[in-house]
Amino acid sequence: MIPVHYYLILSAVMFITGVVGVLTRRNAIIIFMCIELMLNSVNLTFVAFSSYLGNEAGQMFVFFVMAVAAAEAAVGLAIVLALFRNKQTVNINEVNILKW
Amino acid sequence: MYQYVGLIVLFPLIGLLINGLLGRKIKNETIVGAIGSGAVGLSFLLTAAIFIDMLGMPADGRSQVVTLFTWIAAGDFTVSAAYQIDQLSVLMTLVVTGVGFLIHIYSIGYMHGDRGFWRFFTYLNLFIFAMLNLVLADNYLLMFLGWEGVGLCSYLLIGFWYDKKFPGVGITWTGDAGNKAFWVNRIGDFAFMIGMFLIFREFGTLTFNEVMGQADGRTVGEGTIFWITLLLFIGATGKSAQIPLFIWLPDAMAGPTPVSALIHAATMVTAGVYMIARNAALYALAPDTMMIVAIVGAVTAIMAASIGLVQNDIKKVLAYSTVSQLGYMFLALGVGAFTAGIFHVMTHAFFKACLFLGSGAVIHAMHEEQDIRYMGGLKRVMPITYWTFLISSFAIAGFPPLAGFFSKDEILWFAWADGSPLLWLLGAGAALMTAFYMFRMVTLTFEGEPRWARDKHPHEAPSSMTIPLIVLAALAVVGGFVGVPAVLGGGNAIHQWLHPVFAQAERIMALPEHHDHATEYLLMAISVAIALTGFWFGRRMFLADPEADKRIAAKTGGLYRLLANKYYVDEVYDATVVRPILKTSDSFLYRVFDVRLIDGFVNGLASTTAWVSSTLRFMQSGVVQNYAALIVLGLVVILGLLIFS
Repeated sequence: MIPVHYYLILSAVMFITGVVGVLTRRNAIIIFMCIELMLNSVNLTFVAFSSYLGNEAGQMFVFFVMAVAAAEAAVGLAIVLALFRNKQTVNINEVNILKW
Repeated sequence: MYQYVGLIVLFPLIGLLINGLLGRKIKNETIVGAIGSGAVGLSFLLTAAIFIDMLGMPADGRSQVVTLFTWIAAGDFTVSAAYQIDQLSVLMTLVVTGVGFLIHIYSIGYMHGDRGFWRFFTYLNLFIFAMLNLVLADNYLLMFLGWEGVGLCSYLLIGFWYDKKFPGVGITWTGDAGNKAFWVNRIGDFAFMIGMFLIFREFGTLTFNEVMGQADGRTVGEGTIFWITLLLFIGATGKSAQIPLFIWLPDAMAGPTPVSALIHAATMVTAGVYMIARNAALYALAPDTMMIVAIVGAVTAIMAASIGLVQNDIKKVLAYSTVSQLGYMFLALGVGAFTAGIFHVMTHAFFKACLFLGSGAVIHAMHEEQDIRYMGGLKRVMPITYWTFLISSFAIAGFPPLAGFFSKDEILWFAWADGSPLLWLLGAGAALMTAFYMFRMVTLTFEGEPRWARDKHPHEAPSSMTIPLIVLAALAVVGGFVGVPAVLGGGNAIHQWLHPVFAQAERIMALPEHHDHATEYLLMAISVAIALTGFWFGRRMFLADPEADKRIAAKTGGLYRLLANKYYVDEVYDATVVRPILKTSDSFLYRVFDVRLIDGFVNGLASTTAWVSSTLRFMQSGVVQNYAALIVLGLVVILGLLIFS
């Protein structure tokens, strides 16, 4: 049996990777993927705790998160597509019109 | 009857509401005039009924308080709209409503054809309403309400013909004269208010009866009482035009003549006298204030009378005469002769109202000419005005047995007996001048040859104007008989009538009884001689040569100019008070305090906000990652706090 903190450490590493990716990368699609990474690190935490505590509620939440992530993927990719059609780029540094 | 006292005040209020709200629509001068005069007439009748009721009562049961409703209640401090009916307030109410009624009637004729006819009657009724509150109030606050109300009406009515020019020092329009009256009165009112606060701090109440009730337990000459009475007196100098605040009254002549008669001669300006008489017991406790009152009164009397000697505007002469006569009243109050002061208030109301109304009739006849140098010979064309004017002039000059003789003589006698011969001398000097300037004016206006332009056709005033003149002249003749002194075999009815009101003050002052009849006769004889001298000189000099002024001016040069320019008091105030205030207001309060400090603060607040925002807005980079980084940073901080604290 692998101890629960192994999962938590892995999950934290994944989450921080996602956060750093979101904050530092400029490509909208990579940022998008980093968000997915963060969501999945959370899923991992849920599942780990669910197994550790013997409580199925965690697994149930994972399905919710997956459903939301799927919907988000659809909307997000659509936005990226629309963005590309308008600006011929997916570099978000060039999409900064919402400012002073 | 006492419980109906509220109606006395209510009638003018109703008249004011009807004329004020509907007057513009009514248009009919007869109806507007009838409503305005009728309201005051009803008040007069009701007052007369209460007065008769009072006559049938024992002397110590005559003073009662009728409470209408609680006006202000805060903790254990309450002020009621309550009216104190006693011998003093009833007398004043009779004068206010009686003379007021006559002047209302007169105004129907005088204001005929004026586009502000209904407005005029609205203001007049408002004035009567406020004045009745002033004299009937049973506490300082309600009195102050009336006090301010009459001040407001004075302002409104001085500037009634707001599009008319009126020359004066620092004055161009009649409205400026109204402003002047209002501002000068503000100073007095401020002192009155502080006096009222002091009374509340000292006595814990604002009701006259309670304050006077506590006065007995006080020692004579107490510091606080001195300040209270002095502050109230400063209030009175504003309202009653005494030194140093008398300067507004001569300019108040900018108003229509009935206003001068009602407000600036007969009633409002005597409010200060009434107020001090109402507080007689307090003043009795402050001999120092009494002395100040007496001196101020005597000096005002002679100073104003001397200015009146050389004025050429018929209303200005009367205005200075009013200031001078008010000085007499304060002289009487100051020497403790409260009854004599109130007596003079009453007789003065009769003859001075008559004189002012007479001057109004003259001004009307002369087509708004007010300069007596361009009048003359009017007695042939306006006999009724002439005779009533003449009778009132005799009355004010103090000819026996007219009203003015008894009241003025009583004041002079008490000034001698309870004050000092010096005070008497000032009063007697003023009496000489009074007789002189009155008959100078009568002679220049009515006697001799006409000096007016040929195209003027003066005529006698309509009966609505002459009837009040006749009634007032009759009162000026008989009004004095209520106060015939004991040495002339009279009962001095007014003295006995008012005695219960002033008994407390007289007990505190403990003035000696006077049995020196020889002196009293002598002073009386001197008074009569003075009046005759003034009359003789005033008449002879100006009958022989209507331009005698010029000869006198040439002979006395500087003195004449000093008097003609009213001792330069206006100029002195202008230079020492008005201009410095204007200058400070402009160069400091406006340019520095307001523009730099206040505006600087407000604008500074705005520009600081603008600067801070313009700096902070660069955080709004439009790069979503920056926002996300901040969110993460915040999250880390919060988590850190949660974990490590």
